[in-house]
Amino acid sequence: MLRLKNVNTFYGKVHALKNVSLHLEKGEIVTLIGANGAGKTTILNTISGVTPAAAGEILFERELVQALSPDRIVRTGIAQVPEGRQVFKPLSVEDNLELGAYLRYRQREAKSRIQQDKQEVFSLFPRLEERRKQSAGTLSGGEQQMLAIGRAMMTRPKLMLLDEPSMGLAPLVVQEIFRVIDNLRKQHGTTILLVEQNAKAALNLADRGYVLETGKVILEGLSSNLLENKDVQRAYLGREKKELWER
Amino acid sequence: MEQILQYSLSGIATGAIYALIGIGFSIIYNATGIINFAQGEFVMLGGILTFFFLDILQFPLWGAIILAVTGATLCGLLFERLAIRPLAKATPINLVIVTIGGSILIRGLAMLIWGKDTHSVPSFSGDNPIAIGSATLLPQHLWIMGITLAVICLNKYFFYHTINGKAMRACAYNPRAAGLVGIDVKRMVLLSFVISSAMGSLAGIIIAPLTMTAYDVGVMLGLKGFCAAIIGGMSTGMSVVVGGLLLGVLESLGAGLISSGYKDAIAFIILLLILFIRPQGLFGKAETERV
Repeated sequence: MLRLKNVNTFYGKVHALKNVSLHLEKGEIVTLIGANGAGKTTILNTISGVTPAAAGEILFERELVQALSPDRIVRTGIAQVPEGRQVFKPLSVEDNLELGAYLRYRQREAKSRIQQDKQEVFSLFPRLEERRKQSAGTLSGGEQQMLAIGRAMMTRPKLMLLDEPSMGLAPLVVQEIFRVIDNLRKQHGTTILLVEQNAKAALNLADRGYVLETGKVILEGLSSNLLENKDVQRAYLGREKKELWER
Repeated sequence: MEQILQYSLSGIATGAIYALIGIGFSIIYNATGIINFAQGEFVMLGGILTFFFLDILQFPLWGAIILAVTGATLCGLLFERLAIRPLAKATPINLVIVTIGGSILIRGLAMLIWGKDTHSVPSFSGDNPIAIGSATLLPQHLWIMGITLAVICLNKYFFYHTINGKAMRACAYNPRAAGLVGIDVKRMVLLSFVISSAMGSLAGIIIAPLTMTAYDVGVMLGLKGFCAAIIGGMSTGMSVVVGGLLLGVLESLGAGLISSGYKDAIAFIILLLILFIRPQGLFGKAETERV
């Protein structure tokens, strides 16, 4: 469904992605793990057109998408839930969700269907419905994350890119968010590319994973294999060397 | 006392004009982060195009007004396309300078086409003064207040109840996140130029019967509108309207009670005071946000 071939991205002179290749099949949940600065967010931003690739190919459903602007990429069916949520704080919760459906309004899709999707987001996150008239800036961090996911759902994406959805949230809220991500695939068949600091939780949810280091993919495989991999355990899952030796 | 009522009433009418122009400044500022110093020229175009369609091409008044707004809006659209969009990667300060250049160009072209003379535009419905208590108002003053009120209501409706208006607000707050939900940021910038040139030209049209029009009226009106926008903290809401009215009334009182020679000076003294003391605008509060 999505295929990156030898993608290179630069921030000014910084070579942030070096020949990154990866692929996602329809209906998969794939996670990117790696330390800060490894290039996880850059991969998502490169796919969504925020920091366009300088070289390489990005194919989405067999179409080249790497030269498109972010709004065009949304049109192809890719939605990003950005790092730090980035909800429209001065606007109400409801307006934020409606803006997720901006393209659908522009394409004159029936309003009843958009309303229906909004109700679905509300039933997924009842707290958003309680606060529908409040401005998004007054929500807690967890609620803002829910709103950011809901807003992306409103675009009816085939592929959703999630950037650190658990960042700064309480463990219970993180569980709720992960449950929703899992449901997205089950109920809508949405393909998901997940970037996470919490590598263990991400690998438990995902089918496959890629491990990144300084802008390169250094390891890839099934989640279960990565969870067992000693290097991954030491570097990203927080297991001590001693603990590994004793097994 | 009688005089004060009179000065206040006519001040409110000119203030309404400043408010319309000021909202135009704010809309573009919020969408792009730049101050469009060509805004005054669209005000001028509104008045002078009305004169052109009415007197030279002999259209009826309402037809001339509609054509003038359309013409000025088209100029705003072309201005964005030809001068702003090609420089999308430029810094705001460069773009501000481009708008100053654009304003000089538009003014120069207007001078070549319509000459340096001052032209008059007839009032919309006669010049018989209406007595309000001890003061009098011209019917045109009522047109100004009524049209301004209608435009402000429309504006409010657009920004708070239509998907494109909401998208423009989202864009103003966070253009990157707006792109990620599929909003075409460039289109929103274009739209902001279209709306503010339409509003500016309308302001120029409704005031032309009182002050006459010429190729260079945009400079002062533009600066006064800018002043209103600064007082209102560059918002697109009521505070710029209040800023405009305040400016209009103070200016009119100052001109009447002190000396008409100080009329323009008063506006700029207020502008400087606001910039020194409350740069966030008279009603703005320091930014706070929850993270």
